[in-house]
Amino acid sequence: MSLITTLARFEAVRDGRARPVATVRHRHLAERPLVLVPLTTAGETGAPLGALVGTERTAPRLLTVCQPRDRDQRAAFLAALAEEVLPHIEGFAAEVTTEERTETDPATGRRTPVRVELCTDAPQLLVPSAAGVEYVRLLGRSMRFRRTAEQDPAAAFPAPPRVPMLGRWLTHFAERAQVPGSSLLLSMTGLLTRHWATGQSPLEDQHLGSLLAWIDPPDGLSGAEAALRVELERDAEGLLCHPPAGPATDPAFDNKRLAPALARYDRARAVGRGVERAAAEMAELLATQLRPAWDAVWHGLDLLRALPEGAHVAERWKRDRWSYTAHRDRIRAGEPPQPRRDDAVTAARKLASRETAQARLEAQEALDDPLVMAGRRLAGEAFAGEVTAVVMEYTEAKVPRPRPLVTVRTEDAPHLAEGARVHRLLADGRTQTGEFTAAGPDRLTVRLTGGMGRGRQPEPGTVPEPGERVCWTLFEHAPRGGPALPEPEHTPWTHGGPPGAMADEPDPVTAEDYL
Amino acid sequence: MPPRPLDARALAALAANPGCRRRALLDGAGVDKGALAQALGAPAAFGRSQFAFVRGHAFESRVKADGGAELVRLLSEQLGHKPPEPDEVDVPELTAAGPEGRTARTALALRQATGAGRWALLDHPMLALTIAGTPAYLEPDAVVVGPDGGWTVVEIKSFAMIDGAADAAKVGAAARQAAVYALALRGVADRLAAGRVSEQALLVCPKDFSNLPTAALIDLRKPLATTRRQLSRLVRVEEIAAGLPEGVCFDPDRPAAELAAAVAAVPAAYAPDCLAGCELAFHCRERARQAGLVERLGRSVRAELGGLATVESVLAAAGGDGGDPDDPAVAALRRAAALRAEALGREAAPCR
Repeated sequence: MSLITTLARFEAVRDGRARPVATVRHRHLAERPLVLVPLTTAGETGAPLGALVGTERTAPRLLTVCQPRDRDQRAAFLAALAEEVLPHIEGFAAEVTTEERTETDPATGRRTPVRVELCTDAPQLLVPSAAGVEYVRLLGRSMRFRRTAEQDPAAAFPAPPRVPMLGRWLTHFAERAQVPGSSLLLSMTGLLTRHWATGQSPLEDQHLGSLLAWIDPPDGLSGAEAALRVELERDAEGLLCHPPAGPATDPAFDNKRLAPALARYDRARAVGRGVERAAAEMAELLATQLRPAWDAVWHGLDLLRALPEGAHVAERWKRDRWSYTAHRDRIRAGEPPQPRRDDAVTAARKLASRETAQARLEAQEALDDPLVMAGRRLAGEAFAGEVTAVVMEYTEAKVPRPRPLVTVRTEDAPHLAEGARVHRLLADGRTQTGEFTAAGPDRLTVRLTGGMGRGRQPEPGTVPEPGERVCWTLFEHAPRGGPALPEPEHTPWTHGGPPGAMADEPDPVTAEDYL
Repeated sequence: MPPRPLDARALAALAANPGCRRRALLDGAGVDKGALAQALGAPAAFGRSQFAFVRGHAFESRVKADGGAELVRLLSEQLGHKPPEPDEVDVPELTAAGPEGRTARTALALRQATGAGRWALLDHPMLALTIAGTPAYLEPDAVVVGPDGGWTVVEIKSFAMIDGAADAAKVGAAARQAAVYALALRGVADRLAAGRVSEQALLVCPKDFSNLPTAALIDLRKPLATTRRQLSRLVRVEEIAAGLPEGVCFDPDRPAAELAAAVAAVPAAYAPDCLAGCELAFHCRERARQAGLVERLGRSVRAELGGLATVESVLAAAGGDGGDPDDPAVAALRRAAALRAEALGREAAPCR
């Protein structure tokens, strides 16, 4: 937490209500996002208990598992989930535009421009919390190596037809969620904490209900009171009145409600009577735990939609579209599912691209949002102020180029050394570079070194006038990644050499799958 | 009511917040903090799902089945040894009356197993460790003695290890817990002048989505050093108790107001992290909230704010109504407040 965010938290304590830490929305929100609220069984890994899923706020589809340890029911659940999720995900694959991209020709090694397809939009998946994102990854991992009867007729427990495909897509979404600034898969708690600061700790902000209570408390209550109530209120039986947003359930619910319902279901199955009633009872029970989180996600969406979108959000969403298109192409090309472990080159590439994305995100958020820029200014990474003087100077070349000196009055105290490069956003969206030259009392002088056109005289509007407000940053606006990494087949022996072509086998079926 | 014994989980939590005298005293005196919190009207939200409980037990008994052969096989595989035949593993009997008896029995079994030059599995041994002047009895899941006389702590956990990786936070907690056991084991080794406690613990988890065990060695050197340092820093319980007024009593049957006063007599060091590990956390949080302490927003907050300890003083400093302007923390806060106001457009912007 930076000091400015900490201060926002203190303001929230004072006001009893969340305070903004952003003035624009920094993440893309789809027109029709697919919301997924999963529940899992305690103690079992990747054994779903139920889920609410859908794109319609008023009509989610409820999927339940009556006996989470029953492999057939789990398979049926995953098949139903695939039926709900895959049409939405694949619905964006057909509509494309073409974009020009330079690729290295494998034969000549020359960089040549090629026209490639780019999907005009991409699906967006929303889950309630960070644990939900992790659960999507887990579900993806549990499904993508499964084999259908068609792929492997000898499989003891073949997966329903679309399940491995769902696993590959969920893995891709979860993998993409690790890239800073991406919006394919987002958690509502992550979205809300990016835009508001509450009067509680970041740890307590992980509770979606109490986070929302701080941001938009019900009438007559302060955010602090409402949050406390959401977090702790229990009924006479000791059950939470506001169940957590999952995927883990409240242990009291497990012991007092779920276990008896499960026992009733097992009994009904054993005697072969009343199974449907028991299943309906189970579905109703799980809906009571899922529905509050479902409503909370949509409530959060309302709040976020009220914010105007940041200027660079569309550019970042385009990268998400590239990522979606690339995975679509991998599937169409019949490539195998994502491996269990990345080879050395792929892992290094991922890491490098995430670092670049992080730097880019930080720069873009600051440029889009004065409140974020304020934090950078406080940290000494940017300065803003009014231009007090402009002195025209020129280089001593054969064709002199303009190198004007711009003096700014500012109270900011950036960490500048003489000759340091600074960057400024011009009105037309281009970036102008400058060189820090001198500091006086409340004054900083910058020599403009670019962005003024080719002529002897700078193009109009590229040199600020006295009285104009300008903002310089010490960080680059479009940071680039490091040098390119070798292709996986050229992995040096120091890093294990080229990866083997061995495809990952499905997880073996064990007796414990069926307890 | 009988005192609640200190367990490794409590010790690891205590080591994570060594400045909390309240916790040190209540744990050291064996007070049931859960019952106390209930009586104070701020019950802890801890509970364990019976599903997790059943599954955890099933897994542990499976791992320890067939005379420890499976567990020893996992360990020798990790250490790169040839796994022994099932009849080459001893499982000494450890039952005895009372914790002192079991501790003595464990020490005896450890000595015999170390001298035997064979593999031995000690299932739920009992170890003693003196913490802040109070003896604590600890019960690790298992300790394996190798033919070379090495003692390895075994932690059996029910979270999954998927593709060789498990949740980092859970592994960290397991490592801290194992470090407490290893510390206690070292005490035994020193007393017996035999055996060598391994600086690695064996973590056994279910593999992927199955119930089959898989294992990994976790390095204990760092958690051992931290835990030892933190535990030595704990103020002795008698010293804390000496600072208390006469007649303080933590009996959960007392009236809530009296209990609250008793609890308030022992200073606490609340941080939001406490919510994950201490039964009294909700009570302490409420008190921190009432007192306006800055730590309620996170432990790191304090570091940025210098000497400003309350929400009120921070807001006053930021608003220009208080604090020493020459104090760098106050100056930074004022600058932050000015920048925030500028960006939000002076007018007190509503939340939405």
